[in-house]
Amino acid sequence: MRILALAGRRLVTSLPTLVVLLIGLFLLLQFAPGDTVDALMAQIGGGDPAAAVELRRFYGLDLSVSVRLGHYLARLATFDLGYSAIYGKPVAEVIAERLPATLLLMGSSLAFAFSIGLALGVFAARRVGEWPDTVLSTLGLVFYATPSFWFGLMGIVLFAVDLGWVPAGGLEDLGAGLTGFARVVDVAHHLVLPVATLALIFLATYLRIMRASMLEVMTLDFVRTARAKGLSETVVLTRHVLRNALLPMVTLIGLQTGTMLGGSVVVESVFALPGLGRLAYESVVQRDLNTLLGIVFVSALLVVAVNFLVDLLCARLDPRIAA
Amino acid sequence: MTEPLLSVRDLTVALPPGGDRRHALDAVSLDLRPGEIHCVVGESGSGKSMTATAIMGLLAPTLTVEGGRILFRGRDLREVDERGLRRIRGREIGMIFQEPMTALNPLHTIGDQIAEMFRAHTDLRASEIAGRVEKLLADVHIPDPKAAARAYPHELSGGQRQRAMIAMALALEPSVLIADEPTTALDVTTQAQILSLIRELQDRTGAAVLFITHDFGVVAEIADRVSVMQHGRVVEHGTAEAVLDRPKHPYTRALIAAVPSTVPPKRAARIAPGETLLEVEGAGKTYRTGSLFGRRKRVVRAVDDVTLTLERGRTLGIVGESGSGKSTLARMIVRLIDPDHGAVRIGDVDLASLSRRELREQSRRVQMVFQDPHASLNPRRRAGDLVAQGLVVHGMARAEALDRARRLFALVGLDPNGIDRFPHEFSGGQRQRIGLARALALEPSVLVADEPVSALDVSVQAQILELFERLKRELGLTMVFITHDLRVAAQICDRIAVMKNGRVVEVGDAAEVFAHPRHDYTRTLLAAVPGCHWTPDLGDAVTPFPVRREVYA
Repeated sequence: MRILALAGRRLVTSLPTLVVLLIGLFLLLQFAPGDTVDALMAQIGGGDPAAAVELRRFYGLDLSVSVRLGHYLARLATFDLGYSAIYGKPVAEVIAERLPATLLLMGSSLAFAFSIGLALGVFAARRVGEWPDTVLSTLGLVFYATPSFWFGLMGIVLFAVDLGWVPAGGLEDLGAGLTGFARVVDVAHHLVLPVATLALIFLATYLRIMRASMLEVMTLDFVRTARAKGLSETVVLTRHVLRNALLPMVTLIGLQTGTMLGGSVVVESVFALPGLGRLAYESVVQRDLNTLLGIVFVSALLVVAVNFLVDLLCARLDPRIAA
Repeated sequence: MTEPLLSVRDLTVALPPGGDRRHALDAVSLDLRPGEIHCVVGESGSGKSMTATAIMGLLAPTLTVEGGRILFRGRDLREVDERGLRRIRGREIGMIFQEPMTALNPLHTIGDQIAEMFRAHTDLRASEIAGRVEKLLADVHIPDPKAAARAYPHELSGGQRQRAMIAMALALEPSVLIADEPTTALDVTTQAQILSLIRELQDRTGAAVLFITHDFGVVAEIADRVSVMQHGRVVEHGTAEAVLDRPKHPYTRALIAAVPSTVPPKRAARIAPGETLLEVEGAGKTYRTGSLFGRRKRVVRAVDDVTLTLERGRTLGIVGESGSGKSTLARMIVRLIDPDHGAVRIGDVDLASLSRRELREQSRRVQMVFQDPHASLNPRRRAGDLVAQGLVVHGMARAEALDRARRLFALVGLDPNGIDRFPHEFSGGQRQRIGLARALALEPSVLVADEPVSALDVSVQAQILELFERLKRELGLTMVFITHDLRVAAQICDRIAVMKNGRVVEVGDAAEVFAHPRHDYTRTLLAAVPGCHWTPDLGDAVTPFPVRREVYA
């Protein structure tokens, strides 16, 4: 009941966030010189101004900014993201084609970074000050400080080109026409390097947070109480330390979703993955305003949704979060 | 005499190198017999809590037991392995801690945490455990045990949390209960209830209780035997009666002499009654919580229409339990909190109606001393700067202000050369002196002191109270003194205002309020003062910790 009430309230408060974000971005893009028609004309090698005017009228680009913003928001309310002039199909369709790759990349990276970071963090905290802790902390810092594109490129050079263990790019082997389980294995094989690249940075963060959080919780009074109750070390650790130490970790997931989306632009570019990040980059270059706005809308929706889930998870874990 | 159940023999624990002394515990010996309450009393750093931790085998890894034995039922716990110790902890020796809020896991229900005892030590089925938990909660007199078992720690009051903690410690009927300052974090009326609960349960189960406290009042209330600790040594032990009424060791005598009496000293009517300096009229502050989207609204009247007056040269004590609004009132008087309505007049100026700018000019009329001497001094500024800051802000040249700071240091009993030091280089009592010097720097008409001695050990407390007394005499200070400790209030205050739920329920001369309380709540408070029927009488031979020019460590 408490969690349901919380969920309802969070849902209501996240709607204004979305609207403000969309209006802001819409206006910002108006300041960028050139529009879709300019880009189209440039692609077909120029044309006469009359045709450009005609095209602008066709796409509704001749109207005033406020009217177009109004139209845009009105359409969004019915989940109509508009039509992409560049791709020649509805934006929703364009995004739907690209979304799975990004979700797959982000989801796997997050799961990988979170679980391994958690495990290593606990391990480091248990051996604080000893050599495994020092090694892990140093490695974590190295991963954290290295740019992900460099990791990606070096990964390709070493594991794809030199060793030939994994493919250098792409989401799957398009020519093979695999189906079912074989296709899953193929996609997984393709994703090993990109996921590792994207996850390593976040893994380092999770490791450090988990280690610090564990160390802090272990000094708290209730852990001493648990020991004084005669509980075994395993029970003390899992029931009393771990759950309390997890709270900042879970909050971090919400905070990092946005950063991870940003990171996936780089990783998708390096590994030629047909994802949302690449699409965003392409639509900026092509002045494809509708697609870009659509991507921002979907990304914002994604971040808001993840944060919403994180809030619920936190409330589930921590009874002190009041409804 | 019965055999001791638990016997600590010459226990010595080494501190890590670089500490202020070599041993945290130095040949500590004490015996705990069945059915008795043995109080270990001492000031902070005396090693009393560490003795308890060492018995449980839960010392921090940086501390090592160098020697001695901890005999429990004839077995040396130092030779028992970790597995064996786990079987003893909780089942044979239960423990309760000072702060029940932090000592309970915030993420598990009370019932679940008590049930853990049974799950760890017995093979009972879940349904049986649930029944046992409920019975335990009923035994410690928690209203509605079923609901309490389902509640999370933050949903209970401080007293109920401590009751739950006691229920947990007693779940498996251990023969020894170690209580480490179990009532220190509680209000005085709650403390009285918890003390009587411990007595009651101890009577019923026949357990031996090792009770650690810094408060001689509490000792007088419940102890059968007493061990007094100082610097890691037991300096005196004996029956409660012997130690309390005929203390032999000079340290014990000084400690007992430092306990403020509940009888206000006879004061000469040295001040001609008359000129009213501070006037609080109909002041109120209400807090509302609740957000835009349907959160349950709560309205708390922190201070509810309070009217008080204070004459020049006198000290008004505001006493009450936590949540009574006494600190809010203090903050309103110096206008750290803006009152919703009402007036706070000092002389002819109404502080409550001043603009921010005017207030800055008038701020020298009233200054404040805070409770926590550790948190209330900026750690990155020199002590002298902290004292001189107010003067500089009000337009005095820095050199002159520092010179004044030096004189103020001497006035409050600090070495004037200490102005170049940083706050962390001073002890708690010295820091409180700095806080006092800072407040006095602007020569305020009224000094507001919010629990200025509550964070201090009893010996230091006695010195600071003595300092307040001297300054009252020498400077003719007019003071509002906020405290939860009625003993302290009895010693320092001329008038007493008792607050409850934001209202002043009784005001009167200190002697009158203590001797003939009119309001029921005042009577309850007075009756709850631990050891209120015990008045230490050591003759005139002992001076409690004479105020001396303190030496820097």
